[in-house]
Amino acid sequence: MTILPPEPVRPPSSESASPKILIEDLRLSYGPKEVIHGISFYIEPNEILGIIGPAQSGKTSLLRCINRTIDFTASAKVSGIIKVDGMDVRQMRNVYELRRKIGMVAPLPVGLPLSIYENVAFAPRTSGMRKKSDLDGLVEKCLRQAALWDEVKDRLDSLGTKLSGGQQQRLTIARALSHQPEILCLDEFSIAIDPVTTMRIEEVLRELKQDMTIILVTNLVQQARRLAARTLFLWNGEIIELDTTEVMFSDKAKDKRTNDYVNGIFG
Amino acid sequence: MPMNAPASNPADLFTETAFTRKKRRTEMLAQGLFGTMTLAMVIPLALILGYLAYKAAPLLSWDFLTTNPTHGMRKGGIWSALLGTIYLVVLSLCISAPIGVLAAVYLNEYAKDNWFNRIVNLAVVNLAGVPSIVHALFGLGAFVLFARLDRSILAASLTLAIMTLPVIIASTKEALASVPVSFREACWNVGATRWQTIQAIVLPNSISGILTGVILQVSRTAGETAPIMFTGAVFYRNIPEGNLFAYGIKDQCMALSMHLYTVTTQVTNAPEALPYAIAVTLLGTVLLINATAIVFRVWLRTRKKW
Repeated sequence: MTILPPEPVRPPSSESASPKILIEDLRLSYGPKEVIHGISFYIEPNEILGIIGPAQSGKTSLLRCINRTIDFTASAKVSGIIKVDGMDVRQMRNVYELRRKIGMVAPLPVGLPLSIYENVAFAPRTSGMRKKSDLDGLVEKCLRQAALWDEVKDRLDSLGTKLSGGQQQRLTIARALSHQPEILCLDEFSIAIDPVTTMRIEEVLRELKQDMTIILVTNLVQQARRLAARTLFLWNGEIIELDTTEVMFSDKAKDKRTNDYVNGIFG
Repeated sequence: MPMNAPASNPADLFTETAFTRKKRRTEMLAQGLFGTMTLAMVIPLALILGYLAYKAAPLLSWDFLTTNPTHGMRKGGIWSALLGTIYLVVLSLCISAPIGVLAAVYLNEYAKDNWFNRIVNLAVVNLAGVPSIVHALFGLGAFVLFARLDRSILAASLTLAIMTLPVIIASTKEALASVPVSFREACWNVGATRWQTIQAIVLPNSISGILTGVILQVSRTAGETAPIMFTGAVFYRNIPEGNLFAYGIKDQCMALSMHLYTVTTQVTNAPEALPYAIAVTLLGTVLLINATAIVFRVWLRTRKKW
């Protein structure tokens, strides 16, 4: 009879060998009102992390803390640690470089009032890419990645704002990819687009996972179930539960509220 | 319940009830009211312009525009006043438009929402409502006396610039604020600085609104008499005829608005058509300066993207 070696100790949830994003005791308040109450979690490289939760639970605010666009809200006060690649986001001086590391897709599609080409070329231009051939290649690559190239390749000079909602959302994704981010944050990307387009984009995300870490904030719990390796349930600025998607969507979820929420009988 | 009974009477869609009649009448009343008010604005304007042109017709000629007044304003043209007004309008807008637009960009795009900036915004709004005679006194004290510019085109233009500045700031801020915040956020998200965002998105999409605000100030600048009366405009001045550079900025000048005022109140036995001719020239000058800006604005608007 052999004695089995002791099982390796699973690291506690807030520690991973080298997480892409590490958040510790993050608190955020707008004026006197605290909206995120000290949350901690990490995201592994090349992971898709689903974040689910009802409106007003702090999902968008959390993303804005990570890419520091929260700075634009004068009343916002952040405390705690946010690390991207082990670097403290809140101490960074070059926030523009940080934001280039993070692609951000907003809930409603925002086509900038520029041509389709310029919509995608805007970010590389702001960071100093000038050569036409480089830009052409990048624009095509990003539009292909966002599954939009075939529909717009013949009219790259027409306005991005004239595209349909679903196309604009894919244009937004192409723009978010145009600065070649390592992290892609999607904030309820599918609320303004049809199910078929949503499925196409989900397909795209599965492929993008090879190259980047993805945070998928979603109102559709089934979307998290389809895509995410782990799912985080955020409610009223607190993490109710964070576990593998499999567990979260089974009756093994530890918190009853998780069960209720994913089964649509919350509240 | 019989199966063939319609769920609701289809005739309802074709008969008028008391309620739909009332709705229709209100709708007609509203349209009529708004239309009448538009006419009430257009008709007097057309009448005024027609009357002015009719009365001015005997005097209006190229010579009238390009010769100096003679015989105590009773004969000759209005060249020195016309050129003076052009100098004042162009110079004062060259001062107030850049300062106003850039300050508005700061206030709308950069300034944090703190007590200091709130006071600045409040001051801008209130300054826009200050009567022009108050600006005149300020100009007299600050530019003519304190800065020792004496009574000159420069002092008068500065006074006019101070007068138009708050209005330009307010209208520019309005134009900037009409560009959706979501555009700015989209730019910030991809790592653009505030300036890159302003340059690529905010200014191109608000420039026509900004220009409208500036254009409106052309007529105001050309029409005001009070601010220039103490600071640089004179009763009479003889300048070389036909020379566009007849005035220096330290010179005193004549101006159409002031000339109109003196001709109607100080000069006896002036020809009846003279004040009307001056008024038509004043309007024409304003329209001409505006037209340039409007053409530019139309060209910009064709490039507006949403």
